[in-house]
Amino acid sequence: MWDKEMIIMLAEGTADTLYMTLVSTLFGYILGLPMGILLAVTDKEGIRPNSFIYKVLDFTANLIRSIPFLILLILVIPVTKAIVGKSYGPSGTVVPLVIAAAPFIARLVESSLKEVDHGVVEAAMSMGAGTGQIIWKVMLAEARTSLLVGVTIAIGTILGYSAMAGVVGGGGLGDIAIRYGYYRYETDVMVVTIVILVLLVQILQGLGMLLSKKLDRRRA
Amino acid sequence: MEPIIRVEHLKKVFKSAAGDVTAADDISFSIEKGDIFGIIGLSGAGKSTLVRCLNLLERPTSGNIFIGKKNILKLSQRELRQERQKIGMIFQHFNLLMQRNVLDNVCFPLEIAGVKKKEARERALGLLKTVGLEDKAKSYPAQLSGGQKQRVAIARVLAANPEILLCDEATSALDPQTTKSILALLKEINQKYGITIVVITHEMSVVQEICSHVAVLDQGKLAESNTVEELFRSPRTEAARKLILHAGTQIKRMNGKRLIRITFSGQSAFEPVIGNVVLLYKTPLNILYADTKNLGGKAEGEMILQLPEDRATADKMIQYFRDEKLGVEELEYVG
Repeated sequence: MWDKEMIIMLAEGTADTLYMTLVSTLFGYILGLPMGILLAVTDKEGIRPNSFIYKVLDFTANLIRSIPFLILLILVIPVTKAIVGKSYGPSGTVVPLVIAAAPFIARLVESSLKEVDHGVVEAAMSMGAGTGQIIWKVMLAEARTSLLVGVTIAIGTILGYSAMAGVVGGGGLGDIAIRYGYYRYETDVMVVTIVILVLLVQILQGLGMLLSKKLDRRRA
Repeated sequence: MEPIIRVEHLKKVFKSAAGDVTAADDISFSIEKGDIFGIIGLSGAGKSTLVRCLNLLERPTSGNIFIGKKNILKLSQRELRQERQKIGMIFQHFNLLMQRNVLDNVCFPLEIAGVKKKEARERALGLLKTVGLEDKAKSYPAQLSGGQKQRVAIARVLAANPEILLCDEATSALDPQTTKSILALLKEINQKYGITIVVITHEMSVVQEICSHVAVLDQGKLAESNTVEELFRSPRTEAARKLILHAGTQIKRMNGKRLIRITFSGQSAFEPVIGNVVLLYKTPLNILYADTKNLGGKAEGEMILQLPEDRATADKMIQYFRDEKLGVEELEYVG
């Protein structure tokens, strides 16, 4: 199996997977980070409680998260076509990935921010800090380790989802695994793609944890 | 003189599913500029709620709070933030930013106020010197002891040049030795910068150490408010008595006999009153507890005495102490 063609295909698949994962994570955070901040801030224990905004976001996040990813992939095809012009290939997969990842990321962000010691937030309030300053300088800054762990978890999960998109011709390693391993019974190709996926997750996870540990000042 | 803090009929009710809890009930008092004012009460007395109302971390249900001439309840959000920069607060658990080093923690209120970075750093370094931590500027809070953390919190609060400093159980998480040094620092700040300090505590020793006036809270109500000396000499309420007689726990076990507490100030401390009374009535009495405390630079002593069983003699002894101008109160014995 180790001809030149196969190696190029696997390399391209890996690049596609990384592309889908990282771009989706990026856009996922562009949507999910503000959503997570809003969830943490408008919660009744938050610094600007607003039950209407909280309930709307809470419901939206739950709604999207309860749709299985494979179904979501198909459901959002019109949206995908409108945004990237096609519903297949790595770029076509990014759209449903972002839609699925954003509420998940919002939840990760929300829980990281809620871990921040309320006393510290209060101390900032007592100094006359405004809501924006508290979010930026206190909540996000104090939660940075936990936020980074969240990014690592998000990347791992999105990588897994991106492989699922192979079922509908999404491109990347998942696509290869399904086409060769499942449809053509070429188990060895499937095993290789799985090994690459495992390695990717391990490396990204390791890097993420290393970085978050390095940035943590809470230990003496 | 105009009081710097004036609280009028303050009421705070917490609503919860289990029913309403009145944490502050019709509380009125005022604090003079430059004073160190203690608010003391057992846990659950409502003292934390009260102090948190002073900078509106907690919004009172009704009543008025004046800082200087301003009713802070009437301020807009923006005006309130401005006002808060003048009211510093330190906490039991220090509440430092754990991901920032000591210097950046002290710079924090200056960042909020929009002070230039270089200027902020210079000011912060000066303040770290004031609190004796200039060598810890680059350390992180996790690397410091409790006392050091509270010193950083004090430097941080001073950075904004406050007129008032609220201390919410600021020494309750510290050992007695460290508590003493933090209280000394607060006193120094009060004298050096003329900052009015409000101290919330459940420990009478803290009040005795630094406060000049004190308000006693009991179940959300203001039991009494007085100078610390007066309160110590003649507490008028049960709540105050309980707090003063913190040492009373052992004494309560000695039941059945009549107990009194006498207090004496500097001058009378030299008169051998106990010796005199024993000689005069030819009856021994028992000293159960004696202590001398430094109240605002003056020595104040207290003793708890067990009187003879003969009622007439005991009454005469009490009269004798009263004639000697000692503070005398009878303690209820727990039978």
